[in-house]
Amino acid sequence: MMTFIATLLGATLRVSTPILLAAIGETYSERSGVLNLGIEGTMLFGAFTGFYFAEISGSLWFGLFAAVVSGMLFGLLMALLTVTFGLNQHVSGLGITLLCEGLAFFFFRLLYGGAHTPPSIEPFEQIKLFADNPILGPIFGQYLLTYLTFLVIIPLMWWILYKTRFGLHIRAAGENPEAVDAAGVNVFGIRYASIIIGGGFMAAGGAFLSLCALGSFTHGMVNGRGWVALAIVIFGNWNPVKAMWGALIFGGAEALQLRLQAMGLQLPVPYETFLALPYVLTIIALVLAGRNASYPAALLKPYKRE
Amino acid sequence: MNIVEMKGIKKQFGSLIASDHVNFNLREGEVHALLGENGAGKTTLMRILYGLYKQDEGEVFVAGKPVTINSPKDAIENGIGMVTQHFALVPPMTVAENVVLGYMDGFRLKTAEIEKKVGEAAKEFGIDIDPSALVMHLSVGQRQRVEILKALYRNAKVLILDEPTAVLIPQEVEALFKTLRDLCSRGLAVIFISHKLHEVMEITNRVTVLRDGKCIGTVNTQEKSQAELASMMVGRESFGVKRVEDLSDREKEPILQVDAISALNEKGLSALNKISLEVYCGEILGVAGVGGNGQRELSEALCGVKDLTEGKIVVDGVNVTGLNPAQFTKHGIGRVPEDRHEGMVGDLTVAENLALEYLNDYTKMGRMDRKAMVADAEKLIKQFMIKAKPNDRTCNLSGGNMQKVLLARVLSKNPKVVIVPQPTRGLDVGATDYVREQLLAQKKAGAGVLMISEDLDEVLALSDRIAVLYEGEIVGVLNANEATPESLGLLMSGVRKELV
Amino acid sequence: MAKNKLITFEKCDTAPAWKNPVLIGLSILITFILSAGLILMAGKNPIETYYHFIVAPLSTKFSFLEVLVTFTPLLLCGVAVTFAFTSGYYNIGAEGQLYAGAVAATWIGISPVFYDWSPWILIPFIIIAGFAFGMLWALIPALLKVKMQVDEVVTTLLMNSIMAYIVSALLNGPWKSPFSGWPESPEISMNAIFPKIVAKSRLNLGVILALVAMLILWFVLNRTPFGLRMRAVGKGKHASKFSGINVQRTMLLSALISGGVAGVAGVSVMCGIQFRLISEISPGYGTIGVMIATMGGLNAFGVGLAAFFFALLDVGALTVSRQMGLPSYLGEITQATLLLTTISVLLLHRYKVKLPWLKKKEITTEEEEK
Repeated sequence: MMTFIATLLGATLRVSTPILLAAIGETYSERSGVLNLGIEGTMLFGAFTGFYFAEISGSLWFGLFAAVVSGMLFGLLMALLTVTFGLNQHVSGLGITLLCEGLAFFFFRLLYGGAHTPPSIEPFEQIKLFADNPILGPIFGQYLLTYLTFLVIIPLMWWILYKTRFGLHIRAAGENPEAVDAAGVNVFGIRYASIIIGGGFMAAGGAFLSLCALGSFTHGMVNGRGWVALAIVIFGNWNPVKAMWGALIFGGAEALQLRLQAMGLQLPVPYETFLALPYVLTIIALVLAGRNASYPAALLKPYKRE
Repeated sequence: MNIVEMKGIKKQFGSLIASDHVNFNLREGEVHALLGENGAGKTTLMRILYGLYKQDEGEVFVAGKPVTINSPKDAIENGIGMVTQHFALVPPMTVAENVVLGYMDGFRLKTAEIEKKVGEAAKEFGIDIDPSALVMHLSVGQRQRVEILKALYRNAKVLILDEPTAVLIPQEVEALFKTLRDLCSRGLAVIFISHKLHEVMEITNRVTVLRDGKCIGTVNTQEKSQAELASMMVGRESFGVKRVEDLSDREKEPILQVDAISALNEKGLSALNKISLEVYCGEILGVAGVGGNGQRELSEALCGVKDLTEGKIVVDGVNVTGLNPAQFTKHGIGRVPEDRHEGMVGDLTVAENLALEYLNDYTKMGRMDRKAMVADAEKLIKQFMIKAKPNDRTCNLSGGNMQKVLLARVLSKNPKVVIVPQPTRGLDVGATDYVREQLLAQKKAGAGVLMISEDLDEVLALSDRIAVLYEGEIVGVLNANEATPESLGLLMSGVRKELV
Repeated sequence: MAKNKLITFEKCDTAPAWKNPVLIGLSILITFILSAGLILMAGKNPIETYYHFIVAPLSTKFSFLEVLVTFTPLLLCGVAVTFAFTSGYYNIGAEGQLYAGAVAATWIGISPVFYDWSPWILIPFIIIAGFAFGMLWALIPALLKVKMQVDEVVTTLLMNSIMAYIVSALLNGPWKSPFSGWPESPEISMNAIFPKIVAKSRLNLGVILALVAMLILWFVLNRTPFGLRMRAVGKGKHASKFSGINVQRTMLLSALISGGVAGVAGVSVMCGIQFRLISEISPGYGTIGVMIATMGGLNAFGVGLAAFFFALLDVGALTVSRQMGLPSYLGEITQATLLLTTISVLLLHRYKVKLPWLKKKEITTEEEEK
């Protein structure tokens, strides 16, 4: 039983990593006042670029780097559409998701079209900490990227948001851009920076899927994780640390489903129930969190100087 | 010495010349009023000085040197600070964070350090404020102090205050004036945008009067009387609607009875506390008070868009408490919204907006009778002299015409009671007169009019009785003939009627 | 100031009627220039590609009818999304609602109870059931939005994923084909299949359904008080509430109608072209519906045009893939690019474009304003 729980915990951390990365990206974007629905597509494109550049360069880290850059580019596009042009954020974001999906599959087909078996690479290896211990082993045997996410990125991004000048500007831009502008800070610049950073994290989340979990690029590999990240941002009240708890709840539900399926138990309900469960839980969490959710006051509102 | 000099400033918005070759200069250590009616170009001129607008023509000099101010940042670097009517504050952040926003060194946000620094600065400038308080918990007066501190913290030598007293009660105004005098004695120069003559007389050294975007002149305050300034400002000796005295016999029963209603504001705090009012047929009841004392909630409650926590509203003997806005209309309450944009959908046409409250009247077997709608709109446009066509988009109308559309929508149905909050806010003189005449006509026709206004002159000019709202309570009801600006002022600052 | 600028923009209130079509033409041009880059990257000739992309599908009767076949679910989804967006309800869940309708169609279509019903009764019954299922699936997020202010964008997106798992569970469970063992349902009753409109093609009753839905959309939005209420709520919630409109009910109704129409889109796919339920009956019609509604400016006929153009791009992409060996995802890319450029370029609608370097005289894109 202890082993089961340990394995479950380990899997939870693994499953929640990509969602958490994307959720941090979305948090930054929304904190500055822009809802980025390009999240799902950016993740997918990140997964693709990560895979492709890792494959051609032979370096997984270079793949990850390329993915982050690609995500930042789509962040730049999103910023151009919503910040400079002031277009509808829902439509712009969905358009970017569609564009990313099209581009990722287009290039994948173009580059690997002929192959009968899907191409694959050797993914990142898990760090073997306490490998001999049946309890600690499964928990701490994680990818470096998971460690980085939970131990470095989350605290760092929290710190930047709440304890630096830049973070102060981001939060203020999402609450009252007029005030930020009046204070002589460039609202557009702040929003551009937040969305671009956000795009980088979204793509990193996608690259985690292809470079750590799968070692390949497949259709439907992101499979709505971007949308879950979106919900987790609200659930976490736009705070990176609180978003972590949301991501863990989601990851836990999915990990449980994977474990149960792997154990081959004959269940009275179809296994899809467990797959769908995290989504249902997220909706319930949204309903519960919804009442005291404090949306950034300027979210969805393009800033225009009169 | 002139610390700021603006020469031949011109700014045009579309066909409107908001600033027509205006000259303006400011001396060190003075409070300089920029006086003019709404739309005279005061704010435009100052927005140019603060870098929010770019002038089409003209030059700006600071301390004798020509400068180009393209953004507030440039303005701040030139020692110019501005406090607008809409505070540029971020409510969920602390006072200290707001003060240093856009003006701090380094990458880290050292909370304790900046709170200490801001606290010291506040002390130095004699501004009483807690640097660690969240702005959303502060009163309006306190927020204004944060704004002033913000400018001073940035080493402002020139402080632009855009109608700073509009949101304050008299005591806060006194405190503000004291602060300003202190600051000026240290060499700070203040530009005081206002259209309130007595304040201009009290606090300023010089006055520059603007009218229709043109500079009428700059004078020393002491050398002019209020009346002289007023005539400079409006270009004629008197203005406003002449009161027609007709104290017709009042009916015994009030047409509108507001019985001990309470309501919460948007943040869930008590905004109205057991308010009782009665409006009779053929009278205008004016509700005076400084903005933010529950006016908005009162008008929303009477318009049926705000839920009451207690009390009841009775119209012509019918209890309408808890009914929806459509039923309010049906029971004869004519409702004009406080904010014109919140009563009309800008993207719909004038005809559609005129019909919006009465859609059922235009429905024939599930279809909408557009022809009847447009025909009725044409009638109302003629009757109320609205400068628009039925199929024009409403958002392209001027403020005055929008207000006319709203009045037409309400008054065409001959309501028993008319609720009008801030009926002339932001309107030009002509439109203001028109709206006031319409209200008087309603009263004459026997309707009960409840007018909520922050403009004391308006309340005094139109009302038969005046109720004063202070911190969500009615602190006194006076008959118009016994009300004076002084007595109302006392009530508005929270002194109870018994003490008057 | 403007002297040394290449191009200046000046805001204006009214724009001549011809301006929008010109701008949309400009967007299409920009889109094709952008995608030409991709085509060149793939080592193909853009001109030839475009021929197969947008000309070839219209040049033969067969492929033109194929465009209309794809047009059917796209138009229905565009209409569905327009119903919701008009009242300011951001229903991104048309995809899930489409599958809900498809599930209804399959359930009834393969049920022995209804198997022998006359098409005259069965088909309308399935359409109504599809509408009802789509509506039910839209009900949850709509209620959450209206009653508890839960953001509908996120919930409708999540509901899409949940519906995908429900379909998967059905196909791997009760509806699993006993013969092939694949996750696909048995074929629906012959009597449930939409009659063909043109013999030897796939064009069926669905397209008429879609066009009727478009006309109903036009009528509701422009000729009924409910439509005016929807528009009012979409453009100004506070003002609508003030004017006595029941904002919540209006939103809820428009969300439900939206879900219902999306459900009918699912029925049209099931009974019109697929006949058996699989996981991939929709390549994202619901999401593309959002694009179509936006491109069409939430106007019924605009939505019709946009849907047709998107259908053309879908079919054209397949032709390109067959003839030129380019991945058919070119269609998706072009659609997305077209959407993004159109909404960007349409911003110019409110501006006069001046080119100061073209003579001293002001040359504007609109010489006369009448």
